Amino acid sequence: MRTVPLPVVHPEFMLEPIIDGAGRDAIGLGQLRQPGLDVRHGTVLTLEDISVSFDGFKALNALNLYIGVGELRCIIGPNGAGKTTLMDVITGKTRPSTGKAWFGDTLDLTRMSEVEIAQSGIGRKFQKPTVFEALTVYENLELAQKTDKSVWASLRARLSGEQRDRIDEVLGTIRLEASQHRLAGLLSHGQKQFLEIGMLLMQDPQLLLLDEPVAGMTDAETAFTAELFKSLAGKHSLMVVEHDMGFVGSIADHVTVLHQGSVLAEGSLEQVQADDRVIEVYLGR
Amino acid sequence: MNQPLLVTAAQKAGPRLSLAIGAIVLLLLIALPLLSLLPAGHSLQVSAYTLTLVGKILCYAIVALALDLVWGYAGLLSLGHGLFFALGGYAMGMYLMREAAGDSLPAFMTFLSWSELPWYWAGTQHFAWALCLVVLAPGLLALVFGYFAFRSRIKGVYFSIMTQALTFAGMLLFFRNETGFGGNNGFTNFRSILGFEITSQGTRAVLFLLTVALLLASLLIGWRLARSKFGRVLTALRDAENRLMFCGYDPRGFKLFVWVLSAVLCGLAGALYVPQVGIINPSEMSPTNSIEAAVWVALGGRGTLIGPLLGAGLVNGMKSWFTVAFPEFWLFFLGALFILVTLYLPKGVVGLLKKRGEQ
Repeated sequence: MRTVPLPVVHPEFMLEPIIDGAGRDAIGLGQLRQPGLDVRHGTVLTLEDISVSFDGFKALNALNLYIGVGELRCIIGPNGAGKTTLMDVITGKTRPSTGKAWFGDTLDLTRMSEVEIAQSGIGRKFQKPTVFEALTVYENLELAQKTDKSVWASLRARLSGEQRDRIDEVLGTIRLEASQHRLAGLLSHGQKQFLEIGMLLMQDPQLLLLDEPVAGMTDAETAFTAELFKSLAGKHSLMVVEHDMGFVGSIADHVTVLHQGSVLAEGSLEQVQADDRVIEVYLGR
Repeated sequence: MNQPLLVTAAQKAGPRLSLAIGAIVLLLLIALPLLSLLPAGHSLQVSAYTLTLVGKILCYAIVALALDLVWGYAGLLSLGHGLFFALGGYAMGMYLMREAAGDSLPAFMTFLSWSELPWYWAGTQHFAWALCLVVLAPGLLALVFGYFAFRSRIKGVYFSIMTQALTFAGMLLFFRNETGFGGNNGFTNFRSILGFEITSQGTRAVLFLLTVALLLASLLIGWRLARSKFGRVLTALRDAENRLMFCGYDPRGFKLFVWVLSAVLCGLAGALYVPQVGIINPSEMSPTNSIEAAVWVALGGRGTLIGPLLGAGLVNGMKSWFTVAFPEFWLFFLGALFILVTLYLPKGVVGLLKKRGEQ
């Protein structure tokens, strides 16, 4: 397992924009202001006191989580810790029974529909790779592209040169140029994972939620994914749920450990791994 | 019908030949009504029976195509498309009844000793308003039903059952004499349409040609839709609705659009069916009719544009032979056909031909 030599970044230090292309140094410190989302306070996602119960079982219990602009955050935790429920709350699939969920400084996620949330700039990758299998790789990317997604617009849509360039660029990033006219259903598991990541890139979301993105990937694919995510951080904020500790160690500066629906520990991977409570949860039971 | 053989040949020879075959079939369809105008006894004369039969099958083919748009592309299996077809037919029937009755009440109302027309018959003596009703009645019903069904995210078998229940409810409603649509006898004994005698050879030929034109227009609409981004969104919706929502598309609008379009096409087909066949009654709304339409599509090949046309032609061709030769076994045969197609031909005849073509 690799160690992470970087210091822990606390939200109170998120004042100065230090984006110098070094990528990882900038994590959590950026003040990227993009049109459409007000992130002047430096947090792209604010979850406070979120609780979700299913028939009395508390899947999330008074959870607090802040994700900074341009940050790459890993969420780990044992099975049933509430990781997927957390993603469901952020994307509007599940409504919290209490608590606040803000995207940027102004958008109240608890009042928005799933489609509105997606359109406002939150992209989600599912645990099981989900692509449109009856369409080609190119068409998959075309559908995901950030544009007017109403019925009328879709009836008359034509790809502009700029949009084609963007699709080609993403095809290059996910290394699927050679397969662009194949049906997505014929891709290997790893290729589907990359296609889904590519679709997220086409959406150009400010916050990417990735549920076990390297599950089923080969070592080489995993290493490539790690590089990809590191290059994305800074421009986008990423929240990655992952079990593969090697992968977490290779990408994350800032790790949040969930346990029984709330945050157990937060900090660098080294710190949380040294935390007694975390050791107890992972090993002691 | 020898279409399957033609299509097999087409698969072997590529798209140019299939275009040529399509053109020949189209020419035959245009020639048919013209040949029917020949004087009786001429060796090439096409009988009124044949013309009506083929015209009827063409109307069914439009229904099959409309059903395929929602089932094959958007993944919504409707078992109630017969209702939209019948509504379009009834709207046209109202006009034909008024035309036949002249200034007096339609015959069935006199029989029920009604003294005035119900309010919803107002204006039906005008052909233009009847045409509006042909579009509006199925369109609005589909809009309202679809709005609530898609808003509540009803899909899969639950959606199918609800459409089935809807057409059944429609049938029960139209069976009642009080509903004002002629009860179980429906409408018949039409005389003229726009002043032309409805049984004359010329009128029949024109109605037939109009049906061919509607079929072509439906094909064109289907082709344009399937090639547009809208069509790709529908396919995506069918296979991974959640993924599509997280891409930022609202599935409801897409479903509603194609659903209403499909219902309107069915209504138009029904409106052309009634003057050709000369009768419309509530049995057109019976659930078995709608299920039969699903069999046409499944047999021909879902998610293709030619498949449903082929399926409607094949099944109805067989039906007209079967119901004469072994009338009591037709439904058993139809059921067996559906099971066999589901088990062995999941992609229908078109899928089979494509596979042959690739080998």
